[in-house]
Amino acid sequence: MDDLIQEFLAETTESLNALDIDIVKLEQNPGDRDLMSRIFRLVHTIKGTCGFLGLPRLERVVHHSENVLGRYREGSLNVTQDSVTLILEAFDRIKNIVAGIAETGSEPEGDDGALIARLDAVYEDKDMPVVEDAAVQESVASLESEAVEVAEPSVPPSREKDEAPVAAPAEDPAAKSLRVSVQVLENLMTMVSELVLTRNQLLQISRQQQENLFSAPLQRLNHVVSELQEGVMQTRMQPIGNAWSKLPRIIRDISVELDKKINLEMRGQETELDRQVLDLIKDPLTHMVRNSGDHGIETPEARKAAGKPEEGRIVLNAYHEGGHIIIEISDDGKGLNTDSIRKKALETGIVTEEQLRDMSEKQIQQFIFSAGFSTAEAVTAVSGRGVGMDVVRTNIEKIGGTIEMTSVFGKGTTFTIKIPLTLAIVSALIVEAGTERYAIPQISVRELVRLSATGENKLEDIHGTPVMRLRDRLLPLISLRKILKMEEVEQGDKSSQVIVVQVGAQSFGIIVDRVFDTEEIVVKPVSRILKGIRIFSGNTILGDGSVIMILDPNGVASMVGDVSTARAEAESAAEEQKKFETDRKTSLLIFRAGPGAPRAVPLALVSRLEEFSQDQIEVSGNKRVVQYRGKLMPLVPFSPDMSAQKEGSQSVLVFSDRDRSMGLMVDEIVDIVEERIDVQLAGEGGFGLLGSAIIQGKAVDVVDVGHFLSVAHSDWFGTSSSAQIMSHGGRRVLLVDDSPFFRNMLAPMLGVAGYRVVTVESAQEALNLSKKGEAFDVIISDIEMPGMSGYEFAKTLRSQDHKWKETPLVALSSHATSGDFDRGKAAGFDDYIAKFDRDALLRTIAQLGEAA
Amino acid sequence: MTGQSTKPQTGDSKDFLTMTVDGQVFGIPVLQVQDVLGEQRVTAVPLAPPEVAGSLNLRGRIVTAINLRRRLGLEPVAEGAKTMSVVVDYQGELYSLIVDGVGEVLSLSDSDFEKTPPTLDRVWREVATGVYRLKNDLLVILDVSDMLEALYSRDHHAA
Repeated sequence: MDDLIQEFLAETTESLNALDIDIVKLEQNPGDRDLMSRIFRLVHTIKGTCGFLGLPRLERVVHHSENVLGRYREGSLNVTQDSVTLILEAFDRIKNIVAGIAETGSEPEGDDGALIARLDAVYEDKDMPVVEDAAVQESVASLESEAVEVAEPSVPPSREKDEAPVAAPAEDPAAKSLRVSVQVLENLMTMVSELVLTRNQLLQISRQQQENLFSAPLQRLNHVVSELQEGVMQTRMQPIGNAWSKLPRIIRDISVELDKKINLEMRGQETELDRQVLDLIKDPLTHMVRNSGDHGIETPEARKAAGKPEEGRIVLNAYHEGGHIIIEISDDGKGLNTDSIRKKALETGIVTEEQLRDMSEKQIQQFIFSAGFSTAEAVTAVSGRGVGMDVVRTNIEKIGGTIEMTSVFGKGTTFTIKIPLTLAIVSALIVEAGTERYAIPQISVRELVRLSATGENKLEDIHGTPVMRLRDRLLPLISLRKILKMEEVEQGDKSSQVIVVQVGAQSFGIIVDRVFDTEEIVVKPVSRILKGIRIFSGNTILGDGSVIMILDPNGVASMVGDVSTARAEAESAAEEQKKFETDRKTSLLIFRAGPGAPRAVPLALVSRLEEFSQDQIEVSGNKRVVQYRGKLMPLVPFSPDMSAQKEGSQSVLVFSDRDRSMGLMVDEIVDIVEERIDVQLAGEGGFGLLGSAIIQGKAVDVVDVGHFLSVAHSDWFGTSSSAQIMSHGGRRVLLVDDSPFFRNMLAPMLGVAGYRVVTVESAQEALNLSKKGEAFDVIISDIEMPGMSGYEFAKTLRSQDHKWKETPLVALSSHATSGDFDRGKAAGFDDYIAKFDRDALLRTIAQLGEAA
Repeated sequence: MTGQSTKPQTGDSKDFLTMTVDGQVFGIPVLQVQDVLGEQRVTAVPLAPPEVAGSLNLRGRIVTAINLRRRLGLEPVAEGAKTMSVVVDYQGELYSLIVDGVGEVLSLSDSDFEKTPPTLDRVWREVATGVYRLKNDLLVILDVSDMLEALYSRDHHAA
């Protein structure tokens, strides 16, 4: 093809992309003269070049579009939605023709008569009279006031009235940049990669020898190559905004087609990443933004009814974080409806009803990543064709990235994508199985565990399938030898190591013979003959010159077998949460305050230890306060007679929960010990003591933090009075609360009241306990928890044939309006208690426990 | 030369690199040959088709080694016997053919060319373009592209 045409195509494609953005901007801000001139000039340039190159069809369409734009510019035609739609349509036609030229080298056949007639009608004011469409103008203005940031188009800033198709070279910023074909850069990158490898080999050889003549020049070579590598990588970097340039147009089209108001906000579009990565994420990103606009954002009426502003927001945000790029796509739309996902998941048969019951809301939401899963009720022109998030996820995982989603029904959805900066060079762990070494990308490696014949990390098996206990969870194992169809060594070989990898939400261990080092490797594609082997993602040459295969954790995961993703996800969610039982040892902070025995408080409750000098302590009203982290923190003396201390520094234990803090003034901090709390003598409530316990052979008073919290903030717990001390014959209470603060506070309190308390962080974990056959006399559950909420938890427990169907269930929440009470009762809670009302809690569980 | 046809044309002569496998002389067009190597350390690739001996590093490029004996359904070489490799470029990728030995380059006249005998073993027919009548020997011309294409389309031994 003609070089001139090539050049024209590259330039025009760029201009058209810029035009798409500009036109949408113009629609929102019709008064912007600069913008108008720029659009006009871009179009004019295209027209001029068409005429010069002899492209009559293209020229005609551009010419008639230019006419309409000319009237915009003169101000004799208002920028209306209809006419902008028409202009965009014309641009699409131009793009089609340009694409045709790129393919065949000449203009494709086609009739533009109808389009041109419509453009002319607007131009001549036939069908679209100038109307003072105040409503449109206003809403457009309000859109603009929220400042839509759109990628800087790659055109020079316009000069007033500049219509010259060719800019003067001296002022042209293009003079400082060159258009280089991507292929040239790719070749450069390949060669630099080779150079890096050769350098590594040289360094390795040199390291094996003593000081020699080559050392100094080799060092220099080393530096130059590193810089060269960086430089070449830099040429491949492009701002992520390039991948976003089509989005404003897409969102605009969605808003028009579906009658929605959507504001697209793009942040961090200057964030750079490798061109190759950029290409690969472009489509997934577009798809997701389209989804947000189509499924996420509701119609203005629906938004109004839900008490949200009519205009929906989609925010794209990109930033660097430790060698990775994070891209967030969030909308304030309707969020994912777990119920319809649940229904759909059952219909499509991905899960059984039984599996669903044990799943948290978050896990259920993950189903949208399953193949062919769309919850859109109707297929629209925009999306909902069932090709969806599974493809997005696959594409992102293909480039070694991860995608996560959080969604709150009615509030919106946020996707977080994490991708490597570049694909060319990755950090990998080198392992050995049999006679060969393999590389495992570091990004999916969680940890390394050495197998021991006895002791904790013992290899066990179930019907020949190897498993291992890792921190009280069962980790499925797969032997690398086995998946590579190599001879199996004796199980439990003492030198074996396990590499714990995570793929999506699934964790498993790969047994290898040996683990070497991590190395920066240059990923090279495998030859076509070997492409079909799914467990290899590429190969590379190590520093010693040998070729090794790179294992693809996704491929390995697919061989792990029938571990259904859903179940694995449930397990991994639970794995992160640790069970804390009050029978077990607790870290205690021992301090002295006032006369008598030393005092102890669970360390987990103390957020910080501080020292304040006396002059920092101020008196407000009749309370002592101190300025702490920009806020006033009340200080409470441990005993009233402590105020005597006038000099020196004051030791303070800081307790905080969410944004509230209080300081407890003590005389001296003694020690931190790990002990079982076994409160022997119940103290007389009200004095801030739970009772006495023997810690390291000495009697220590266990402090009731709750008492002091209520002194500091009278509303922290409501009215506080003595805890009811009763004997409950060791009834078992299960406490489900995601806040460690409340867990740590309520557990000792209930312990003192005579209950045996088991605490868990999530409903899911509680359900796991039920699966294990644990039973309780009373269950106390928080309402607002990540994952499965308290309501869902209650519904699950109260469903048919659940083991804990009969167990009394008490809700504990900081929200305690009558509506909440009703909702709690409806969900199956026996009682609903405000979180700070300890007395009510103790009373209720005593009653329920007796009734049960 | 990438992907170049090995079909000979009449009234001309062509240059071939000769090599031996289990006593049989083979030839490949000399223009396809990138390199001739001695014994190489090859990294085995598990799960690969059986004739793939593994991968090796040739001046920073990764080469897929193909064991011609295995491809032709022959017994492996005797323990300790030396092998050689002929490196060819096919569609931008390098392949090394492991053979028993490499001979000279012969310029052969097209008039000595014959089609592959239809009675030949199917495995051999798959990889042969034809035969040249040499004075004391018969030279089988290997069709590198057919041989590799057959491997591409073959079902892989992957999961």
